[in-house]
Amino acid sequence: MSREEHSAYTYLRPTKKFPNVWCSGCGIGIVMSALIRAISRLELEKDDIALVSGIGCTGRMPVYMDFNTIHTTHGRALAFATGLKLAQPKLKVIVIMGDGDAIAIGGNHFIHSARRNMDLTAIVVNNSIYGMTGGQYSPTTPLDGKATTAPYGNIEPPMPICEVAIAAGASYVARSTVYHAVEMDRFLEQAISRTGFSLVEAVSYCHTTFGRLNKLGSPVDMMRSLKENSVSITAAEKLTPEERATKIVRGVLWDVPKPSYIELYDKILQRAQEATYAK
Amino acid sequence: MAPRLMQGNEAVGWGALAAGCRFYAGYPITPSTEVAEMLSRELPKVGGKFIQMEDEIASLAACIGASVGGLKSMTATSGPGFSLMQEHIGYAAMTEVPCVVVDVQRLGPSTGQPTSASQGDVMQARWGTHGDHPIIVLSPTSVTQSFDLTVTAFNFSEKYRTPVILLLDEVVGHMRERVDMPPFDSVTRVDRMGTDVPPEWYKPYGDSISDVPPMANFGSGYRYHITGLFHDPMGYPTQRMDEIDPWIERVHRKIERNLNDIILVEEDIPVGAHTVVVSYGASARSARHAVKLARQRRHKVGLVTLLTIWPFPEKEISRIADSTKRLIVPEMNLGQLALEVERVAGRKKVTRINRANGEMITPQEILEMIEEH
Repeated sequence: MSREEHSAYTYLRPTKKFPNVWCSGCGIGIVMSALIRAISRLELEKDDIALVSGIGCTGRMPVYMDFNTIHTTHGRALAFATGLKLAQPKLKVIVIMGDGDAIAIGGNHFIHSARRNMDLTAIVVNNSIYGMTGGQYSPTTPLDGKATTAPYGNIEPPMPICEVAIAAGASYVARSTVYHAVEMDRFLEQAISRTGFSLVEAVSYCHTTFGRLNKLGSPVDMMRSLKENSVSITAAEKLTPEERATKIVRGVLWDVPKPSYIELYDKILQRAQEATYAK
Repeated sequence: MAPRLMQGNEAVGWGALAAGCRFYAGYPITPSTEVAEMLSRELPKVGGKFIQMEDEIASLAACIGASVGGLKSMTATSGPGFSLMQEHIGYAAMTEVPCVVVDVQRLGPSTGQPTSASQGDVMQARWGTHGDHPIIVLSPTSVTQSFDLTVTAFNFSEKYRTPVILLLDEVVGHMRERVDMPPFDSVTRVDRMGTDVPPEWYKPYGDSISDVPPMANFGSGYRYHITGLFHDPMGYPTQRMDEIDPWIERVHRKIERNLNDIILVEEDIPVGAHTVVVSYGASARSARHAVKLARQRRHKVGLVTLLTIWPFPEKEISRIADSTKRLIVPEMNLGQLALEVERVAGRKKVTRINRANGEMITPQEILEMIEEH
């Protein structure tokens, strides 16, 4: 057992009943271990981390992890996290969501958390389907993809999660896949150490529902397709726009620091208190 | 402090500050917006946090998040926003996170009539969220009472780890009255019971003598799990009936065994009263005037003002019904709290006076009903 594998136990709850709820072969566990490695490398205290989630397969992650953890309602994790961060600015607040959770039911909160540049790290595990409810199409299901609620194929274009976050005002945005775990460790490490709103999209897959409905094979096959269908951002620059549109572009897509909400709110407090004492 | 002329909504804001509220998240909506405006100005002065969220769903979510982080939190809204908050009222009840939700009732359903008064949210305040859950709902009749009951709402919320709903109506929220606010440091404040056990001993939802488990704030060195799923004493999700049953029983028991503390009722009933008017909120003001006029005409009439409307004051209304011949229930809806009065009044006659068009029920209408027997 390598040193890093061993260190994972430090961040898992000894009192929680394992195994976890995820299907064997699921990519969510890879994101969980990447998160552990990132936190371990940053040498953050467990007491200083809050892990907030919404509802869905990904939403079950916090219960296994030995932080301040809160499993909130569907789509609203960022809003809960906003209140928690304002109340306890010293906490590193990490929000873990699925694609339906983050940008369908939670789309409003996603856009506005990015716009405010709220000091949160958002992780979206994008498996392009509603897995827990059995495989309904989500806002990231590919065109023509089959789902239990799209038996004739999906006609809704997928939402570009990262691009929406950049447009809305996030200060750090990166995308990787569960095949590229080492790269994901690094992006998560960067995202957590930034102030303001940071986002990591972790592209994953759901072999149990989407894979089966679309005859995409085993988890290994789906993992291989993440490898073959993704390119780094530098390699993507050499592709034509048409070629690029068919690929998952991995890399740090946006990293532009600007004053975060908490920094700006501190100024509000100062202004209000000066006005009070000046009277 | 010098007496001040202020609105009910402003008094709610001052009451919140006096109670130690340090977090407000809200979304603009008539007729509650003054609460937000007032707190956006005043909270930063005392180091508190104010944020205008993207909707009412997010507003209550942020309040719950901030409360988990240790700040006393409040949001204010009206009908349409109150409908949107229902899921998180259930979440706060399930996770036992203290928070105060102010609903300044306007005429509904739907967008209805934003600037007209109503008492149409009485049943929604009790049963709006899905599933069986305990709730406390308070309803002030005046501006001073808006201040006082806001403090009480925070205190109940902290003491019993439950969401508390403060049900104003447009009349009480917008009218102006003279208020003598006490110095804030003289106001009785209740803070949630914390814990000092070693972190590895802490059970966030364990048994406790009071049925209210001690609450550790996030960031205080007690790492634990909170979920809207049914959970075991450690806060972990459970599907076991032998863990769900005790939870459901305990959260209802923590309210039911403290009814003497929670039920606030003002009674003014002369011996031998033939009729008793039972009311709350703005309608209670008309009721009070009607009873005064009736007494001038030598009618033996009683007046009961319910400040706590949920849990419904069953014991009190039942006792009052036993000692009189008739109960009159005026309210600005088509009969909501009257259903509860009828439920506990036995065979005694209950007369409803209802109006749901945005106008107040007048003292004259109540007086006519008192005299008609």
